Amino acid sequence: MPAEAGEAARAVEHAARAAYGRLVAWLGGRSRDIAGAEDALADAFAAALATWPREGVPRRPEAWLLAVARRRMIDAARRRRTRDDAVATLLLAAEAEPEAAAFPDERLMLLFVCAHPAIDPAARTPLMLQTVLGLTAAEIAAAFLVTPAAMGQRLVRAKEKIRTAGIGFRIPDAPELAERTEAVLQAIYAAYGTGWEAAGPSALATEAIWLARTLAGLLDDEPEALGLLALLLFCESRRDARRDGAGRFVPLGAQDVALWSDTTLAEARGLLGRAAGFARIGRFQIEAAIQSVHAARRESGETDWPAIALLYEGLHGLAPTLGVAVGRAAALAEVQGPAAGLAALAGLAGDTYQPYWVLRADLLRRLGRADEARVAGERARALTADPALRAFLAGGVAATEA
Amino acid sequence: MDYMILIYQDSHMASMPADAPVSAPWIAYTQALIAAGVMVGGSRLAPPSTATMVQVRDGKRLVQDGPYADTKEQLAGYYLIKTPDLDAALDWAAKCPGALSGKIEVRPLAG
Repeated sequence: MPAEAGEAARAVEHAARAAYGRLVAWLGGRSRDIAGAEDALADAFAAALATWPREGVPRRPEAWLLAVARRRMIDAARRRRTRDDAVATLLLAAEAEPEAAAFPDERLMLLFVCAHPAIDPAARTPLMLQTVLGLTAAEIAAAFLVTPAAMGQRLVRAKEKIRTAGIGFRIPDAPELAERTEAVLQAIYAAYGTGWEAAGPSALATEAIWLARTLAGLLDDEPEALGLLALLLFCESRRDARRDGAGRFVPLGAQDVALWSDTTLAEARGLLGRAAGFARIGRFQIEAAIQSVHAARRESGETDWPAIALLYEGLHGLAPTLGVAVGRAAALAEVQGPAAGLAALAGLAGDTYQPYWVLRADLLRRLGRADEARVAGERARALTADPALRAFLAGGVAATEA
Repeated sequence: MDYMILIYQDSHMASMPADAPVSAPWIAYTQALIAAGVMVGGSRLAPPSTATMVQVRDGKRLVQDGPYADTKEQLAGYYLIKTPDLDAALDWAAKCPGALSGKIEVRPLAG
């Protein structure tokens, strides 16, 4: 029975959102050719848009898409006729076409492939975002502050590397699993971070949380995976409080705790507790613990800065990144005064890391060094595209989102 | 897939005389590759000082003494192996005695 064009388009869009990553993972995994899988899928989506209005939306849309994409890839491989592509053909042809319900979800495997050390480090997170989340090169470029052309090139090269060098499509064995899990966790954290600036619901943040959830589900004896999910949920619980009714930026210390999400907080706290049970501390668990101290303001009415400062000392020992160093400096400023915070910033190169300049401006202002504060504040403003944040910073009061 | 295992060592180690005996770890490694069925070929190379460079430009042949680049690290030898994927090739490269003091480049053959 023919479907309305609109109904067909919605079905395609739904399948794309729900199944893109799973389809790329399955097809790419068997052919080792992610770019080829993406192209074949694009063809399949186009074919769906053309035929479903005429023939009706299939009972199992994902199976339909998989079958069409798979046949495209087999045909393309046969036409190419080189030795290795013949291997790909055999791989594809040998496996019986899976039932839609049964076609395995290999997105986690795809994440681990994207984190392979043979891939350019600057390409790993973008690859995950594109292949598992279906983001476009342009969207990813905006998040990473490079041009779409540069990001497109980076992604093409990375996928070419995977194919030509023959990177294996599997979840790595024990010793490498630990190394690569770290890379995957960092990439998910980065993905969430790039969705953080948005006011209101962010698809990217939502996807990052979904990835963290999947990872935590599959690596159920890895406390850092639980820690990352807890961290993201603590941050997410505050999303509604980050802007006031007029859309203005509200820093963490000034947020209305009643707007923080109960259920999300409860889940985050539960996860952190479970992670602690493993007694294997790691950076994401500590970051989550810091967030849980912030969240405790909801019950206690105040922020336990000494506890946060202590946690940052531990975190800095494990992961001395610029972000952690800035967070530590902010906490020190609260406990020991702005001069101590400024001293902690002294050895750091702020470059284009916006929170560094935000904190610096705030501390200088508190020390009465108005001219220097203004210079730092302008730098902070210039480094964010978020109009609400820019407006807030222009107001002369710095934001500390520690 | 076929991979070149290119063994780079600091020029002192790569300069051992061509007729110096092959040490036990290298013998064991080569035998392991053969036993695993991944060995396609390979050899230690004579020292960089024995190399000669050739170019042809504008119809003129230019021949020069010395290796490609006068770098601290020099190509000392190679293996050609056949493995199912890169990760297997990397595992073999990591077992190569040259990995301990030098650097190994793992490169797929083209096509």
